[in-house]
Amino acid sequence: MIKEYSSIIQVSGPLLLVEGVEGAKYEELVEIYTGTGEKKRGRVLEVDRDKALIQIFEGSAGIDVRDCHVRFVGRTLHIGVSSDMLGRVFDGLGRPKDDGPEIIPEVMLDVNGAPINPTARNYPNEFIQTGISSIDGINTLVRGQKLPIFSGSGLPHNRVAAQIVRQSKVLGGAEEFAIVFGAMGITFEEANFFIQDFTKSGALERVVLFLNLADDPAIERVSTPRVAFTVAEYLAFEKGLHILVVLSDMTNYAEALREISAARKEIPGRRGYPGYLYTDLASVYERSGRIKGKKGSITLIPILTMPEDDKTHPIPDLTGYITEGQVILSRSLYRKKITPPIDVQQSLSRLKDKGIGKGKTREDHADLFNQLIACYARGKEAAELSVILGEAALSDLDRIFLKFSNQFEERYISQSEDEDRTIEQTLDLGWELLRMVPRVEMKRIRDEYLQRYYDEAE
Amino acid sequence: MRKGEITKVSGPLVVAKGMKGSKMYDVVRVSEERLVGEIIGLSADTASIQVYEETSGIGPGEPVYITDEPLIVELGPGLIESIFDGIQRPLDIIRDQTGDRIARGVEIPALERDIKWAFKPLVKKDDKVCGGDIIGEVKETALVLHKIMIPHNVAGKIKSIKQGEYLITDTVCELETKDGIVQLTLMQRWPVRLPRPYKKRLAPSLILSTGQRVIDMFFPIAKGGTACCPGPFGTGKTVIQHQLAKWADAEIIVYIGCGERGNEMTDVLMEFPALKDPRSGESLMKRTVLIANTSNMPVAAREASVYTGITIAEYYRDMGYSVAVMADSTSRWAEAMREISGRLEEMPGEEGYPAYLSAKVSSFYERAGRIDVVGKPSREGALSVIGAVSPPGGDLSDPVVQATLRVVKVFWSLEDRLAYQRHFPAISWLNSYSLYIDDVSEELNTVIAKDFTDLSKEAMRLLEQEAELQEIVRLIGVDALSPEDRLILEGARSIREDFLHQNAFHEVDTYASLNKQYKMLAACLYNYNKAKEALSRGVAFDDIVKMKVREKISRMRYLSESELSSIDKLQDEITKEFQKLLNIGSDVVDDTPVKEKEKESTTGKEESGKEAEKKPVKKTRRSRRKK
Repeated sequence: MIKEYSSIIQVSGPLLLVEGVEGAKYEELVEIYTGTGEKKRGRVLEVDRDKALIQIFEGSAGIDVRDCHVRFVGRTLHIGVSSDMLGRVFDGLGRPKDDGPEIIPEVMLDVNGAPINPTARNYPNEFIQTGISSIDGINTLVRGQKLPIFSGSGLPHNRVAAQIVRQSKVLGGAEEFAIVFGAMGITFEEANFFIQDFTKSGALERVVLFLNLADDPAIERVSTPRVAFTVAEYLAFEKGLHILVVLSDMTNYAEALREISAARKEIPGRRGYPGYLYTDLASVYERSGRIKGKKGSITLIPILTMPEDDKTHPIPDLTGYITEGQVILSRSLYRKKITPPIDVQQSLSRLKDKGIGKGKTREDHADLFNQLIACYARGKEAAELSVILGEAALSDLDRIFLKFSNQFEERYISQSEDEDRTIEQTLDLGWELLRMVPRVEMKRIRDEYLQRYYDEAE
Repeated sequence: MRKGEITKVSGPLVVAKGMKGSKMYDVVRVSEERLVGEIIGLSADTASIQVYEETSGIGPGEPVYITDEPLIVELGPGLIESIFDGIQRPLDIIRDQTGDRIARGVEIPALERDIKWAFKPLVKKDDKVCGGDIIGEVKETALVLHKIMIPHNVAGKIKSIKQGEYLITDTVCELETKDGIVQLTLMQRWPVRLPRPYKKRLAPSLILSTGQRVIDMFFPIAKGGTACCPGPFGTGKTVIQHQLAKWADAEIIVYIGCGERGNEMTDVLMEFPALKDPRSGESLMKRTVLIANTSNMPVAAREASVYTGITIAEYYRDMGYSVAVMADSTSRWAEAMREISGRLEEMPGEEGYPAYLSAKVSSFYERAGRIDVVGKPSREGALSVIGAVSPPGGDLSDPVVQATLRVVKVFWSLEDRLAYQRHFPAISWLNSYSLYIDDVSEELNTVIAKDFTDLSKEAMRLLEQEAELQEIVRLIGVDALSPEDRLILEGARSIREDFLHQNAFHEVDTYASLNKQYKMLAACLYNYNKAKEALSRGVAFDDIVKMKVREKISRMRYLSESELSSIDKLQDEITKEFQKLLNIGSDVVDDTPVKEKEKESTTGKEESGKEAEKKPVKKTRRSRRKK
């Protein structure tokens, strides 16, 4: 039988300490009834003999030590999932937020999920065409990958993400991606931008939205990505859909985590973030992927804003160690009016090598992007030199590379928001640009491809 | 079975009372779900337990079962080609039994019980044997002959020994010991936290060739050595670890995926069986053991995974094999220690890491080494350890990096600057070091070529000169340099782009034998020395830069191991093209070219080092004639 306790002895920040508790379990879900009859939810963070430490999702406003009582539900936080969730809007804990009816769950699932057995995973290797050259050509995205966008305040990460969501397709496949969108602490305007974009492209009925906006309880954010992934896992691995999970903004998530950690008086790691931030982020990110014998897949695009554009800040740093690459937006490119301002040198897709080549994109793809990057890097070096010494100080070859890198930025990286380039267009554009550079410098390209693509068009 | 009672649960840490009589590092089973845990602290009758599985839903009042046994691994045929989790549970079998997701409280023996192995005895009745002696062998895979050894704590006389097909749990040998008859099976057990004994440690003197040019040529690791590769994310730590696991000339590979990405383990599982060992032609998986504890799997098991891995490696070392352990990444292991230490409310050292961090790191790396094995027949084994380190923000002052650098002998510094230029492997040639260079130089100079190390030193000198010149270029531009200096830049560029850069995803370039490496570097340097000579004889710098043969040099990497003679031929081509340049450049026709050609065909190929020494003499002779 479920007991209720009114023995709250301490409230501090988002935490609640209850004593005299019998049989409380770690991670158990709790319901808290305030004096005014309001119901809040929380989970057990620690049990020590008869004391239970509880984290309240909705924040501790309105809680007092006299009238409040706490009920232990006897299970961890579960969410009812159903295919009917597509096209609906929920709050950060998965309760309907639109005018639609309550969801009739097909099954109740633990929001924490369970780790995928590494032997059950299927390696992601199906090319996703996003129509953006700097992603498709250089930092190719594949189905089941986790590829974050590292951005900064004021950079157009939302536009880039929206363009990816809008244009993503798998070549030869007719199925479209379904989208699970988890908003954590972003403003109404940002959330609205995505909703408008989904509406315009007619994607709204393929989207499940979880909204925890900037004015919603911060602690709830810790559960938002887990709730979103629980639904995504159900749709992908039980219903066979291909899911694109977009999480924005992971920085707010990590800050909520830090708030809880600080309230627990834990020994902080770097910049006050808890020492287990890596493990915690991994338990979210690693839920994406493919499973052998299952039709669906989960591709993850988390968005995070780097404080002061600093890539070594713990949030982007630890994210980069878990995700399979990163797309980094560059302020200097954005200032030059190059959009999407993707810094192709610092960006990386670790899974591209398995997703490109013959039968997937084209056989010359790997050599081509290696060469493009090498030439671009040399051009950038030359550009640096010319800033100090003037262009006249450059050698003839360096001048060629400088011209190449400028053209590369203006024609290859830069493209308009509604321009959807096919992979052939992207690859051919790469060759066209490479022809500015003498053949002897094509060290990273096999002869046969040079003959076929470099020489032939000359 | 004795049991205690849980009083506290906080993440992976559980505290239980009524645990009197338990020892540190004993394994316990937590709650009715029988989650595996290990005692890491004792005080009066309460024990702190780190639990290797997810603890949600566990609470005070539930039982803790005491096993009175430390964390052990099973050692015997069937280890190779397996994939285990951090506490040696077979992940593939778990999947068959419990599905795609990892369930809790699974109890499955590490080694498969229902496979019969053909056992061939190597000793006979009445032979006297003691711990470590080989009594027979089992063909485990096409690449591995599994030696069955007497466990370390027994000795006696063979009473009976069998031959034929047996399960690993069947008795194959009976031993008369002073404590009575001991029955031996194909399998033995060993506690993971205890290093397996050895007779004597030996100094490493043989190179562990890896097929990676920058490593073998400039920063080699010896068999039985230790190395680490720290670097920020995206610099290719994992790719290097995978490359080493694929191509290192060790007989056994133990790959520990500790707190890293799930897909990386899948990559290994899917790729290795298809890859062929360049020496034997067999599948690479047939010499590999995998330990996978990915980042989303329970954090405490990460801590155990490195010990599980290295104990298995020591076992194969004791058979007399050269074993290499890759640990990716030791930072995650240290973070697991930090998390548990924090939950125990221990006073932290640097960055929240426990004060015993560096002691743990160094005792782990110290389990590497080239050793004389205990037991008959006398044999030598080597265990090399290569650890990846993932410092936050790539900052090398990170406590884990510093603790590691104090013990390892090879440091491969991965730099993001190189990775941004897609120069892979992104190992910095200026900051990395290897303390084994002198130890392995004798082998390299006798087996591969007698000027192997000279060549490597010459190339390194060029790269260092380049770095100095780059400073100047950055200030005043390349035009301010003399043609000689510009040639140094070109020579170093050629070494960087044509030799150091290596594409791990290209079917040929991914592996280069020591022979190929030597020939490639010799060609680069030969070309540079020739160019230097031509420059001194009045050929214009721009003409040298435009030479056609340069394209061929840049394609040496794509020549397969059977086409290596074309690299030798390349030197002739270089000579010819320079000759042409010289003939155009000077109207004086003289007899030197013939002489020179003769000299090159006899000595040039092997002794470009010596060539360089001779050059000044030649130069003076020529300048005199010009006058």
